[in-house]
Amino acid sequence: MAESSFPSVPAILERHDHQEHALIAVLQEIQRTRNWLPPDDLEAVASGLRVPPSRVFGIATFYKAFSLVPRGRHVFQVCVGTACHVRGAQHILDRIAREMRIDPGGTTPDARFTLERVRCLGCCSIAPVLRVGEATHGRLTQHRAAQILKRYP
Amino acid sequence: MRITTIDQLDALAQQGKASMFPPRTRIAVGTASCGVATGAAEALAAVRDEIDRLGLPIDLRETGCVGFCQMEPMLEVLQPGGPRVLFHQVDARKAREIVRALCADRIPAERALCWIPVDGKAPSFVLPRYDHIPFYAKQEKIVLRNCGLIDPDSLAEYVARDGYRALWRAVVEMTPDEIMAEIERSGLRGRGGAGFPTGRKWRLCRDAPGAEKFVICNADEGDPGAYMDRAVLEGDPHAVLEGMAIGAWAIGASEAYIYVRDEYPLAIRKLERAIADARDAGFLGRRIFGRPFHLNIHIARGGGAFVCGEETSLLQSIEGKAGEPNQRPPFPAQKGLWGKPTNVNNVETWGAIPEIVRRGGDWFAGIGTPGSKGTKVFSLVGKVQNTGLVEVPMGTTLRDIVFDIGGGILGGNKFKAVQTGGPSGGCIPASFLDSPIDFDELARTGSIMGSGGMIVMDDATCMVDVARYFLDFLKEESCGKCVPCREGIERMLEILTRICDGQALDGDLDLLEQLATMTKDFSLCALGGTAPNPVLTTIRYFRDEYEAHIRDRRCPAAVCRALIRYSIRYDECDGCGVCLKTCPTGAIVGENKRPHCFFEDKCIKCGACIELCKVGAIKVA
Repeated sequence: MAESSFPSVPAILERHDHQEHALIAVLQEIQRTRNWLPPDDLEAVASGLRVPPSRVFGIATFYKAFSLVPRGRHVFQVCVGTACHVRGAQHILDRIAREMRIDPGGTTPDARFTLERVRCLGCCSIAPVLRVGEATHGRLTQHRAAQILKRYP
Repeated sequence: MRITTIDQLDALAQQGKASMFPPRTRIAVGTASCGVATGAAEALAAVRDEIDRLGLPIDLRETGCVGFCQMEPMLEVLQPGGPRVLFHQVDARKAREIVRALCADRIPAERALCWIPVDGKAPSFVLPRYDHIPFYAKQEKIVLRNCGLIDPDSLAEYVARDGYRALWRAVVEMTPDEIMAEIERSGLRGRGGAGFPTGRKWRLCRDAPGAEKFVICNADEGDPGAYMDRAVLEGDPHAVLEGMAIGAWAIGASEAYIYVRDEYPLAIRKLERAIADARDAGFLGRRIFGRPFHLNIHIARGGGAFVCGEETSLLQSIEGKAGEPNQRPPFPAQKGLWGKPTNVNNVETWGAIPEIVRRGGDWFAGIGTPGSKGTKVFSLVGKVQNTGLVEVPMGTTLRDIVFDIGGGILGGNKFKAVQTGGPSGGCIPASFLDSPIDFDELARTGSIMGSGGMIVMDDATCMVDVARYFLDFLKEESCGKCVPCREGIERMLEILTRICDGQALDGDLDLLEQLATMTKDFSLCALGGTAPNPVLTTIRYFRDEYEAHIRDRRCPAAVCRALIRYSIRYDECDGCGVCLKTCPTGAIVGENKRPHCFFEDKCIKCGACIELCKVGAIKVA
């Protein structure tokens, strides 16, 4: 499953000394390098750490940072924290969803975008806020949000 | 080099002073997350480019956030012998102009925000001192003392600001019991939300049987609207490490964890750097200051689960499990991480510890109110003029915070409420504006201090929608382990959604109150136990808004989409055509320079038109 540019699951497990308590950190590294958690990798983690696959699956579904389906090239995280909410985040989210033609949580068929709602990125003073990868965009308007979309081919 | 003598510590401080106050001009750009999100990286690049182009002997540094986030990006100019001059809203162009002015040997003070004294010297130009502008005038910085003033990547600069002196004092000159007594004397209460006395918490853990103990920093800042922990981690990470080291020494722990939420990548990077530097300098690691005290600090990264801010869930998560809470007792102080005695404190609490140890518990206890000592950092956000991080003595009134520091309500609207305490808190109405804010006063209003988020709401904020918003949040975040929380929240959300949709049934308000009480009384952990607070406080203080939704099928704040209508005021529309072009459904038609027509049946109430209308001709009611 893993391509050569990724660290393989055994290599990741090695780095964490096959410690069971490193399960979350291991999944985070897989998610970071592959953008999602492929089922084969989850199985490899379970056998490598000698824990039941259900335990790995349980962690992968409990924590929202993990995705069990492939995500798009650009993950748009629209903050819907309280400060963003009272400053119109719902309208921003709806607008982006309309432009992308997907619902929040979805990925476009061409795998260009994934749209997610997140609860507070901690940039409340410049609400409403949107994060794409590591770039955070503050003081958004619907109009600006639609323009930002065009910057991510 | 590992530091083992006070002379070595002094030498490092000298090195830090030389870096903070170089014998040439120093420019610092605030590149914390909020600064970067508003263009600090572009400003930084422009300064660098201009310095290179003009070949100027200027030091360029990056700092954290000085708190006045409304004015981001911020840039500071410091000339030898002069004060720090703060420039606000610095885009790339303004950044270049500032550098060019400096090149011509001039500080463009007319475009600056304020100055901060260095050694008390006043500048020769006319500009307000920082504590003479309303935003800073009533603030007193203890936890935020270094944020925005030092380069968070520079251990030496932290030491130059008296950093690691408290750790020296604690480890070399004090016994763990003396430290414990100092913290107890300070009256410090946990800043994460519950306000438990920190000294007592430490003592419980110290007195618990067991050779192996853990110290944890809870940096899973999950309350939406609160971001002081991120600012401290990004702007002054060593303060947290130093506080933790003092705590570990007092409690008798040699392993520590910082649990940071996944949403804070920059904070994690700053921490990693700080931990490595502190270890190299001997403030962490084996035999700290040559004494029999060892401490390793590890970073554990959260997975995006709000419940992990609750301490028993957080411990589960560090152990690599799903973050589900455990019944207390046993408390973590008795049986915590891997079953060992564990002390968990929040970032802001740890950040206050070094100053308390350095300046004494009595000093800290001299600030604040009888029941709540010291200062508290609030994130002042929402519908307020000046947004940012505000550190004030406990007992400051809401009015001082919102109207003096915050400059009042955005757009001249009317104040309606302040939401504190995140999803566990409540909405405080105008009648409490003059109450002094501390742990106990906030509890009296039905809200809580929480981690310090203060979301200001105006008359265009619907309180029923706010209650529905929080339950929607909590529905997703409830771990599902206990029935009252899982089902209670879901059912309350159903009712609130009905009310917002104009579909309320008879008796809904009573049912809502009953469910809220049940959820509050029977949930396993604080998430469920406090989940009804936003509902109960909004019903208590804004019952008329609920009744307008239920009885009149009307949303007085014009927020709930099912209950509002858009229209165009023809006498105000100048026919510019902007709304017409942006409307996604073609609900607006018209000719250039003639008032436009509006077809309500096509309108999806997306608000795109209002945002762009320059004359305010589009109304919602």
